[in-house]
Amino acid sequence: MTKDEIRQSLTEVFREVFDNDALVLRDETNADDIEEWDSYMHINIVVATEMRFGIKFQTAEIEALRNVGEFVDLIYRKSQ
Amino acid sequence: MPGTQLHWLPDTVDWAEAVRHLEGSDANAWDAFVDLARHRLDFIKTAKLDKLVQNSFADTPPLALPSKPVRLAVLGSATVQHLLPGLRVGALRRNIWCSIYSGEYGQYRQDILDPRSRLSAFQPTCILLTLDARHLLGTVSRGIGTDDATDLVAQGVDDLRALWRRAKERFGCSVIQQTALPVFPTLLGNNEHHLSTAPRRLVERFNQRLREAADEENVDILALDLRAEEDGLDAWYDPVLWYRAKQEIALQASPFFGDLVGRLLAARQGRSSKCLVLDLDNTLWGGVIGDDGMSGIALGQGSALGEAFVGFQEYVQQLARRGIIIGVCSKNDHATAIEVFDSHPEMVLRRNDVASFVANWSDKPTNLRRIAEELNIGLDSMVFVDDNVFERNIVRRELPMVAVPELPEDPALFSRCLATAGYFEATSLTHEDFERTALYQTNAARASLLASTTDLDAYLHSLEMTLVYGPIDEPGMARVVQLINKTNQFNLTTKRYTEGDIRALHADGDAIALQFRLIDKFGDNGMIAVVIARPMTGTDQDILIDTWLMSCRVLGRGVEQATLNILAEQARQAGFKRIVGEYRPTPKNDLVKDHFHTLGFALLEARKDNSSLWSLQIDGFTPFTPAIELVRK
Repeated sequence: MTKDEIRQSLTEVFREVFDNDALVLRDETNADDIEEWDSYMHINIVVATEMRFGIKFQTAEIEALRNVGEFVDLIYRKSQ
Repeated sequence: MPGTQLHWLPDTVDWAEAVRHLEGSDANAWDAFVDLARHRLDFIKTAKLDKLVQNSFADTPPLALPSKPVRLAVLGSATVQHLLPGLRVGALRRNIWCSIYSGEYGQYRQDILDPRSRLSAFQPTCILLTLDARHLLGTVSRGIGTDDATDLVAQGVDDLRALWRRAKERFGCSVIQQTALPVFPTLLGNNEHHLSTAPRRLVERFNQRLREAADEENVDILALDLRAEEDGLDAWYDPVLWYRAKQEIALQASPFFGDLVGRLLAARQGRSSKCLVLDLDNTLWGGVIGDDGMSGIALGQGSALGEAFVGFQEYVQQLARRGIIIGVCSKNDHATAIEVFDSHPEMVLRRNDVASFVANWSDKPTNLRRIAEELNIGLDSMVFVDDNVFERNIVRRELPMVAVPELPEDPALFSRCLATAGYFEATSLTHEDFERTALYQTNAARASLLASTTDLDAYLHSLEMTLVYGPIDEPGMARVVQLINKTNQFNLTTKRYTEGDIRALHADGDAIALQFRLIDKFGDNGMIAVVIARPMTGTDQDILIDTWLMSCRVLGRGVEQATLNILAEQARQAGFKRIVGEYRPTPKNDLVKDHFHTLGFALLEARKDNSSLWSLQIDGFTPFTPAIELVRK
C-alpha cells in the first residue's frame, strides 16, 4: 500500500467514525481541526484503524501521534 | 469465531443505502430500525444506527410497541461511554425502546445512595452494574499469601448486595450485575489454584460468591467471565485500551456486550424466543433423505459428519428438555421424513420431541405460519434453523419477525452458534418450562380426542378438568409475570407488569389479583390465566377488571366462564355491586373483542379509539355451568 492509498483508506475510516462524508484529511490535520475529535473519539479512530488495516498499535505509538501525517507514516511502517 | 463478531446475524446487503433510507425518517420507521439492528454491525455501524434512532426517538418511545420501554442506568467504575450505543441497539434488536442514564466515572455508590442524585431523577427501571476487576479486587489482591483475602471477597460481595437492595428499594427496579473479567495474569500457571489468594483465583472465587448472592437477591448476572472463556479474553479485553482509556471492555466487543444485556432485558419481559423450528436435510442429518434413503444419510457413529449431526440433535433435545418447543419445517414427503424419526437407529430426536411436524412441498414461510398457528405462538417467538441460504433469505424477507441465524457450514459448529446467539435466554425457570414438551404433546392428544368426539359438551366433560385458583402467590410470581408480558391474543387490556408491580398490588389491599391453573386427565396445563381487578375510582360499588388474560392453549373449554364465576363471587364477597370490564384493542387481540358481550356484560361505553367498557350486575348474575370443577387454593 502506498501512503496515498493509506491516506485515502484512513479518510474513509475518519468519515465513518465521525459520521461526516465531507471530511478531508491533510497531513497536518489534528485534533484541533475536527471539533468532535476528543479523547473518546480518538480511541474510536485508533480501534477502527486497527480493524481496517489489520494492525495493532502499541501504547507508546498511540501516545506519540500528533497529526494525520504521522498516523499515515505509522500505518505505512506497520503494514510493511 | 468469537461471539463479539455477532456471526449469527446476517451481513447488511447495502449499509450505505439502508442508512440513506433511514436518515431523517419519521416515527413510523421504528420497524425499519429494528430490522437494520438485526444485522451484523461492528461498533462503528452500531454507533451510526444508534445516532439515527436517537434522532427519531430520543425521549419518547414509539406508540404501540409490544414491549415495555426500559430506562436503563449504566453504572460503572471505569469508562462506560463506549458501551451505550451497543446497549441501545441491543434492546432495539429485541423491539425494546431503551433510554439510558450513564453515571459519572466511579460514582455508582453515590448514584444509588444519594436521594438527590441525578439517578433518582432519572427513575430507572433497570440498573446495570458494570464494575471492572481491578476496582472489585485490586485492593484484595494485595493480600497475596494472607488470610485476609477470603474475608475481603466475602465483604466485597456483601457490599454489592447491600447496594442491590438499596437500589431495588429506592427505584423498584431490576438489577443486572456483571461478573468480574479475568484480566489478571497468572502467578503459578497450570496449578494456579494452589495459591487461593492469587488475583486470577480471586476473580473466580469472587464471581462464584457473586452468583450465589445474586440468586438470593433475584439479581440477574451478566456473565462476562463465561464469555471470556468462550470467546477468548482477547476478544473482550485489550490491556492497551485499559491503560489508554480505562475501557475494560474493548470497544470492538461493545455491540456484543449490548446484545447480552438486551437478552436479559427481553428475558425479564418474557420476550425470549420459545420455539426452535428445524429444517431436516443437511440440518439434522447429512444428505437428502428423499435421495439418499435411510442408509445413505450421514447420521450417527462411524463418520465424523454423522457424529456431528448427533451432537447437534443432542443439543436440540437438551433445549427441549428445558422448555423450548421444537418444530420441524422441511421440504420432503411427510411419510419419508417422519420415517427417519420413527425408525432410524441413530436418531436422537424422536417424533414425541417435536411439537409440530410439517414436511411438505409448500414454501417455508407458509409452513412456518402454519406451525405458529398450530402451536398458538407468535412468529416473533420463533427461531428457524436451515442450512440452505435460499430458504433462510426467503424466510427473512417474508417473515422478518422470525429469527433466522446464519449457520456455519460445518454441523460440528451448529450447537455453539445457536448457544452464542442467545435466542432462548432465560433468567429463571418455572415449573412449566420443564413440562412444556409434555404439555404440547398432550395438546395433540386432546386434539385427536376432539376429532373422535363430535359432541363438544361430552368432550369437555370427558376431559375431567379442574381449575385451581387463588391469589397470586410468590411461587407463581415468575409465571404470572411471564404470562402478563407474553400474552397478546387473549388479553383484554394488554397491560404489562413487573414483579414489583404485582407485589405493589398486594400491598394495596382492595385489589383482587388471581392466578388460575388448569388440570385435566391428560395432565397439568400449568398456570394459564391471570385476572386483576381493582375498585373503580369515584365509586365503592364498581370493581374494574384491569387485566384479564389467558393462554390460548386452553381456549374453547369454558375456562372464561369458570373464571367469571370465581371473579363474580369474590367481588360479591368484597361488597361490590357491579363488575366493569374494559376491552382495549391491539393488533393482536381481536380474538377477545366480543369477550364481555359473550359473557353477558352490557355495553357501558364505546370510545372513539374502539376501546369499550362493559358492565355486569353482580346480583342478577347467574353463574355459568362449565364442565370444570373449581378448587380454591
